[in-house]
Amino acid sequence: MKTDISKQGLDVKWKDMTVGCNIVAPGGSVDFHTGEWRVDTPKFIEEKCKQCLLCAPVCPDSCIPVTDGKRAGFDLDHCKGCGICAKVCPFGAIEMMKGVKK
Amino acid sequence: MAAKVIRERLSGNEAIATAIRQINPDVMPAFPITPSTEIPQFVSSYVANGLVDTEFVPVESEHSAMSATIGASAAGARAMTATSSAGLAFMWEELHIASSDRLPIVLALVNRALSGPININADHSDGMGAKDCGWIQLYAESNQEAYDNMCMAFRISEKVMLPVMVCQDGFITSHAVQNINLLEDAAVKEFVGTYKPDQYLLNAKAPMAAGPYAVTQYYMEARRGVAQAMYDSKDTILAVSKEFGELSGREYGLFEEYCMDDAEYAIVIMGSAAGAAKDACDMLRAEGKKVGVIKIRVYRPFPAKELAEALKGVKVIAAMDRAESFSGNSGPMACELKAALYTAKMTPDVLSMIYGLGGRDITVEDMVKIYEDLMAGNLCCDEIPYRYVNVRE
Repeated sequence: MKTDISKQGLDVKWKDMTVGCNIVAPGGSVDFHTGEWRVDTPKFIEEKCKQCLLCAPVCPDSCIPVTDGKRAGFDLDHCKGCGICAKVCPFGAIEMMKGVKK
Repeated sequence: MAAKVIRERLSGNEAIATAIRQINPDVMPAFPITPSTEIPQFVSSYVANGLVDTEFVPVESEHSAMSATIGASAAGARAMTATSSAGLAFMWEELHIASSDRLPIVLALVNRALSGPININADHSDGMGAKDCGWIQLYAESNQEAYDNMCMAFRISEKVMLPVMVCQDGFITSHAVQNINLLEDAAVKEFVGTYKPDQYLLNAKAPMAAGPYAVTQYYMEARRGVAQAMYDSKDTILAVSKEFGELSGREYGLFEEYCMDDAEYAIVIMGSAAGAAKDACDMLRAEGKKVGVIKIRVYRPFPAKELAEALKGVKVIAAMDRAESFSGNSGPMACELKAALYTAKMTPDVLSMIYGLGGRDITVEDMVKIYEDLMAGNLCCDEIPYRYVNVRE
């Protein structure tokens, strides 16, 4: 029986957890939103961004989607708020919002 | 439908190995340790002689034995192992993983003292040390019970999805030869059935992850699930035991009640020494004394409510542990029995007694003396709140 990983989020009740915490679903990590663990949240300030794209490859969780050579806003589904992107940005186009989970 | 009986005489290790041959498990990783060594030895000879098609894995340690058993079970195999004493202790980390992953593994445990001082003889310190690992534990008095429990273990385990330990006393049961009634190979195979896991790692049609990391927000919920499965397993154990009783003519419950109907003085005990207690009970019953024995078969889950119910009307209880847990309170089983009685709002006198450590003999005469103490109200303990039987003062 395939596990509906979207129903195993942080509010899952013990009776609804899978037996043995087994996950029967390939690529389940896409639907499992580990961004729920985040404490700080990055904010994209588009007017300061020069599209140098230093940020996108250093993100450990592929949270900065790049389309046609340009980055857009954050995909926060899997962002843990580590702040590496804000650290590498030379233009101050990413700010970490302390204590903001969403 | 009662099955045909094969009369044999076997040691406890031979009895367990015979059941394993009849079950023909898919995978058995094991590492030798006295007194369970013969079990993997017999199984490897079955493999060599083509009597089973079990994949026998001669691993380099018990840590690896349980790890490989877990891996095989998660992959979809009916997997088991055997060990004793320090071997079980070396598996401790993996024992929790097996239960948390909800794997239907069976472990044949031949109970032996833990070091130290180093000692190879019977006591329950290994099993009691592993009582809180999420494993169902079945204890046997005789070779027959060890064999029967082994025949039932996979049925229970695969229904409950918790691992099962099938325990017998080192040397006393594992090496002593007794008469035994075996079932025919086909009857055991039919009773145990074919293992068809719902989910398994080698199922290419349904890729899965087993044993994932559970952060703080999941760990308690995962443990709560195991706790419920353990509690609910009583029903499955009883149902499988009933079905086995219909097949073999041998009935098993969570524990055995011997002369308990009107008993006022009771010994509660596990394993091979229950025989000595029953003999003493018979002798005193012949004198008109209201004595009885409860022999615990299922230690995990602990049959708390059921034991309290069976002990209603009993005035004085000797709770006899073949293990020292250094709690400073009582023996491990005695502690749980007292908690069970307290919950049932019962207040009989309970004398916790430690006996038989490291293979120390306990005789029928010792058991008579214990009953006499219970009847005379001689329940005092010196210096610690429980009593050692046959320790030199």
